[in-house]
Amino acid sequence: MKLNPFPKPTSIGPVAGAENWQSMYPYFTHVQPEDDQRFWFYNSMHFSEPMSAFDMITAETAYHAMGAYMTRVFAFPTAMGIDYRVINGRVYITANTVTDPAKIQERLELFQQRAGHYYENWDKFYGEWEQRMLGLIRDMNAIKVPELPEYEDEAVVMQQRGTAQNHLVRTSYHRTIELYSQMWHHHFEMLMLGYGAYVVFFQFCKQAFPEITDQSVARMVAGIDVLMFRPDDELKKLARLAVELQLGDIFTSDGNPAVILPAVKARGAAGAQWLKALETAREPWFNISIGDGFYHYERSWNDDLSVPLSALPHYIDLVKQGVSLDRPTERLKQEREHIINEYRSLLGSDDEKAAFDQMLGVCHMVFPYVENHKFYCEHWLTTSFFNKVREFGTLLNRFGVIDEQSDIFQLHYTEVEQVLANVMNSWAAGSPPANLQHWKTIVKERRAMLKVLAQWQAPPAIGPMPANIEDPALQMLWGITTETLHRWAMPPGADTGEIKGYAASAGVVEGIARVLRSINDFGEVQEGDILVCPVTHPSWSPLFSKLKAAVSDIGGTMSHMAIVAREYGMPAVVGTGEATKRIKNGQRIRVDGDRGVVTILDEAA
Amino acid sequence: MTAEAVPTQALAWFKEIDLHAVPRVGGKGASLGELRRAGITIPDGFVLTTDAFRLFMAPLRQQLQLEPRIAALQGKDNTTLNSECAQIRAALTRHQCPPELQKAISTAWQELSENGKHAVAVRSSATSEDGADASFAGLQDTYLWVQSEAAMLEAVKLCWASLYNAESVSYRLRLAVAEAQLAMAVVIQRMVNSYCSGVMFTRSPTTGDRSVITLEGSWGLGSAIVSGEVTPDKYVINKITREITRRDIGCKLMAHVPAPNGGVLEQEVEADRQQQPCLQDAQILALAEIAKQVERHYGKPQDIEWALDQDGNILLLQSRPETVWANKDTAPVAKPAAKPFDHIFKVMGGKR
Repeated sequence: MKLNPFPKPTSIGPVAGAENWQSMYPYFTHVQPEDDQRFWFYNSMHFSEPMSAFDMITAETAYHAMGAYMTRVFAFPTAMGIDYRVINGRVYITANTVTDPAKIQERLELFQQRAGHYYENWDKFYGEWEQRMLGLIRDMNAIKVPELPEYEDEAVVMQQRGTAQNHLVRTSYHRTIELYSQMWHHHFEMLMLGYGAYVVFFQFCKQAFPEITDQSVARMVAGIDVLMFRPDDELKKLARLAVELQLGDIFTSDGNPAVILPAVKARGAAGAQWLKALETAREPWFNISIGDGFYHYERSWNDDLSVPLSALPHYIDLVKQGVSLDRPTERLKQEREHIINEYRSLLGSDDEKAAFDQMLGVCHMVFPYVENHKFYCEHWLTTSFFNKVREFGTLLNRFGVIDEQSDIFQLHYTEVEQVLANVMNSWAAGSPPANLQHWKTIVKERRAMLKVLAQWQAPPAIGPMPANIEDPALQMLWGITTETLHRWAMPPGADTGEIKGYAASAGVVEGIARVLRSINDFGEVQEGDILVCPVTHPSWSPLFSKLKAAVSDIGGTMSHMAIVAREYGMPAVVGTGEATKRIKNGQRIRVDGDRGVVTILDEAA
Repeated sequence: MTAEAVPTQALAWFKEIDLHAVPRVGGKGASLGELRRAGITIPDGFVLTTDAFRLFMAPLRQQLQLEPRIAALQGKDNTTLNSECAQIRAALTRHQCPPELQKAISTAWQELSENGKHAVAVRSSATSEDGADASFAGLQDTYLWVQSEAAMLEAVKLCWASLYNAESVSYRLRLAVAEAQLAMAVVIQRMVNSYCSGVMFTRSPTTGDRSVITLEGSWGLGSAIVSGEVTPDKYVINKITREITRRDIGCKLMAHVPAPNGGVLEQEVEADRQQQPCLQDAQILALAEIAKQVERHYGKPQDIEWALDQDGNILLLQSRPETVWANKDTAPVAKPAAKPFDHIFKVMGGKR
């Protein structure tokens, strides 16, 4: 079949009503003519929505840190960092590679020495890393955003501090940004080394067992005790306790804390006991984002208690029905051991078995970091960071430069600096901030543009198509292979009624599709539905107990949906690229988790 | 040798033999006995051993002056070779079995076929272990759906006579195989009126992957698949997770079915069954389990023929070692390194 070329980056025009979109992002993220010579793909896995100006920081700082660790710190022999561009609010990325053999050799020597140091001390460094992250989170939460009151605090005089607090506005803001940037550096400090171990084991398995499925490899690698399961486990505990204390009747599916919590409190000792358990669970486990931690509006469970509370009634029902909510950890462990032993026994020689043990051993060593870092970084620290930025939003709003607190997220972080300077001077000068309307107009325009841009169908890839994608990390993390590229390039009309993705969890079922775009649509899900969504997040875990199967646009076999679906033993197909576009809510579909195919059975619905 | 004792050794039921009997009952016969011993369901049957062949041939050797006559063919042209061989084969098929042998075969056949109620298959069973020995080149005679005693005896003689086809004889002459040592066993086995049938490999025939089972199946008797006359349904099953990772439903235009007067008939498959899968998932998984069991029993990958009878019972018709990938020297994918993470340096450095 003849494939359509991908559009050139410069050929993509603006969306009507959002012509001025580029004003939201720094000049160096804009597409230049020379970018047409390179292949880029839309990073819809991390940035599935258009970026508000402030949220661009989640891409910028992340790529600065990732690239630094690959290119400069560890000197990965063949891979450097990521270049990114923004088109109509979407983040496109391309990976830089090293091809010169002499350079690769030079980098390999550094890599062996530097990465070796980390691998050698992995568990110790991970322990220290966790402490460092906890410290960072404490520091972030401790940042004081100056109030800029009518008169300066007397202490400035009595203790001869020598600086007034408008000076500290800038200091605190810088500190907020710095700690966030520091988080991303910690995030990538060990992550790419962890992925390296995965990639090597995947590659070995593919060579030893050419037909092995990614999910079989993933099942050998995955550990059972993962922090990201804790929030959901805590919820289940709370559900059991609610039943035990006969409080089950209080919980409603709207999860409104303003109604529920006082009602619990009114139940005397039982209520108090449950509320105490809730408080224990909240710190730290409810510091989990409802998303993946890339957008300011993805709040934590702690920020919006209605999210965890709304999941309780279903769990309470299950407890009452006598259904065990415990994760079947023993079974999962046995299954994993079984798969490992069986594959191992099929290897041809003792040498291969020994190499297999070594590679898998390294995977198991790095697995806790690779999985658990998300809780500290993308969830806990990131939601704290956005909350700190909100405090600056409150300050700006008080001085009248923006209409509401959250408008601060419509400003790029470098623009916030300017507005803060205006406020700092206003406080000092004793006059209202200059040009009060300036940002209000811009914020209004940007909000309108984001609405329009959200409807834009971003092409999955742009620029010249590479002959093939050899990077196994791309496949594992983003679900992108040469085959994916070909599918993206398929001319329209080549529709077969089948949607292809990755077989993430085995089994074949048919059922009603429930297309969900955000956590706010959870209420629509009926028992036995098949979830169809862009991507799932750990905070969606409570949903899975209702589902029969799951389908996602984005994600590989180590993605959250894949892992959870395997635990629940339900078929799942991930990384389809287009399931939410092609499947309509309520349609009957068949999910084949053995082959990675979703079939729309009833086109009419 | 008494007249009574000879036929007893000339004939062996599957239950009496295992792989050690190869020199006497041939690879096919021994493998069926071995499968039965391993607890696998196979259609019952017996083998006419090499003793039976020798017993049958003894008077003929004299009569036809077989050894000097064949030795004389050395260096002769094809026409002479062909005509001499044809004469020898004709003499063989005309030759009557010694009465005690004939009686033994007849008794066994009556028991196996329940006095002709069930058809049998008659197959040559080469005495070299994997059938690859040059002296048996091209000898894979199989007579299916044989319904009468007379037809069965004729098929047996045709199997024996096939040792004297021109190709086989010229091979033996070239490799100087002594005629006196020549022998062949013949398997006589109850036929399965297959609902569907096919083959299984306990490793991938395309990639050599040992973690999968490749299963092919089609309607009717397995001869349609083996001869390549039909595009079968194809499944790939993961041995470890039992997932069916691939299903290609073939367009099965025809099937081999028993002919009314014996033998096999090619029959068109009704339109609505052509693209209908011939196996259900539970049957696929049951077959895969049996394949794993057989592979475990032999300790190496197997090439298996299977059938599903009209009552849904699974039977194996044959199992032999897989040879294509077994003969490929595969270097180990990786060897242990000094430190576990050295593997990462090898791969990341583009060394592997």
